[in-house]
Amino acid sequence: MSLLDYFRAKKEPTTAVTAKERLQIIVAHQRGERDAPDYFPAMKQEIIEVIRKYVQIDSDQVSVQLDQNDDKLSVLELNVTLPEKP
Amino acid sequence: MAQIIVVTSGKGGVGKTTSSAAIATGLALKGHKTVVVDFDIGLRNLDLIMGCERRVVYDFVNVINGEANLNQALIKDKRTSNLFVLPASQTRDKDALTKEGVGRVLEELKQEFEYIVCDSPAGIETGAMMALYYADTAIVTTNPEVSSVRDSDRILGMLQSKSKRAEEGLEPVKELLLLTRYSPTRVATGEMLSVADVEEILAIPLLGVIPESQAVLKASNSGVPVIIDQESDAGKAYSDAVARLTGESIEMRFVTEEKKGFLKRIFGS
Repeated sequence: MSLLDYFRAKKEPTTAVTAKERLQIIVAHQRGERDAPDYFPAMKQEIIEVIRKYVQIDSDQVSVQLDQNDDKLSVLELNVTLPEKP
Repeated sequence: MAQIIVVTSGKGGVGKTTSSAAIATGLALKGHKTVVVDFDIGLRNLDLIMGCERRVVYDFVNVINGEANLNQALIKDKRTSNLFVLPASQTRDKDALTKEGVGRVLEELKQEFEYIVCDSPAGIETGAMMALYYADTAIVTTNPEVSSVRDSDRILGMLQSKSKRAEEGLEPVKELLLLTRYSPTRVATGEMLSVADVEEILAIPLLGVIPESQAVLKASNSGVPVIIDQESDAGKAYSDAVARLTGESIEMRFVTEEKKGFLKRIFGS
């Protein structure tokens, strides 16, 4: 980066910033699935199928997250983005 | 008490073998009796990096199968005293490693050595799982690049669930980050993830930063661990990492850009 760069047109975020943002998302996702039980992916798929019976959605519009709060309590969080009305 | 250190990463080509060779040599140079074990069955390369490829007679799998004893398979390093290499088999496949067999050999090595450095293969299959299973400390080798950081995070998950320490509910494996192929210049121009970025994402303590260096290829060309080349920045950076591993606290070097001249500052490089 040179001094002249400061006078050039407005800066776009650098690729390193993009890389970091992408990694933060994917790693958070990965960690969410780390402690999940073995049946979790299959259950997630079935939940998506059930919703699809009624509403047309893509699998990336559904987030199913298992949060282990402590030993006794875990929370299954289901987040569905429904398509906008035509 | 002997310590088992695994050098792991998930992704291939990030510098596991280079780092295993350098760190094991560094520990031996500090006077600790050290053995470095190649877990990459079928694709052995540690022997080449250590420069002892023509002296391999028996290997790790031979010892596991009882076809040779440990002393027959261990290769004494010619350059560095206190240093030994246990090569991988070139002909078998990774299923030759069993949890029981590996455990037996490591137990025997523990009687002889202060440090046992396990050079893990890439991936998350048997070889890699065997290399990390018995570890006390894991050196997670990572490049400042998205796929490498993601794979390192996967390996951290394995260490926390699939290692012996995790299975038996003992004190968790000590996880340390070794950032390799780092280019401060590219970080300054926003083309590369910084040390701070990777530390923030992986959230484990930093053992060292190894700069991208021509010395690494030169060292592997001649079969001399790069840490021996104390003129080089990579060699010095590995020495610092080894010192930190043995409990010294040393400031990070080679993490900031070299000072630019006046003209470069104005016109860019």
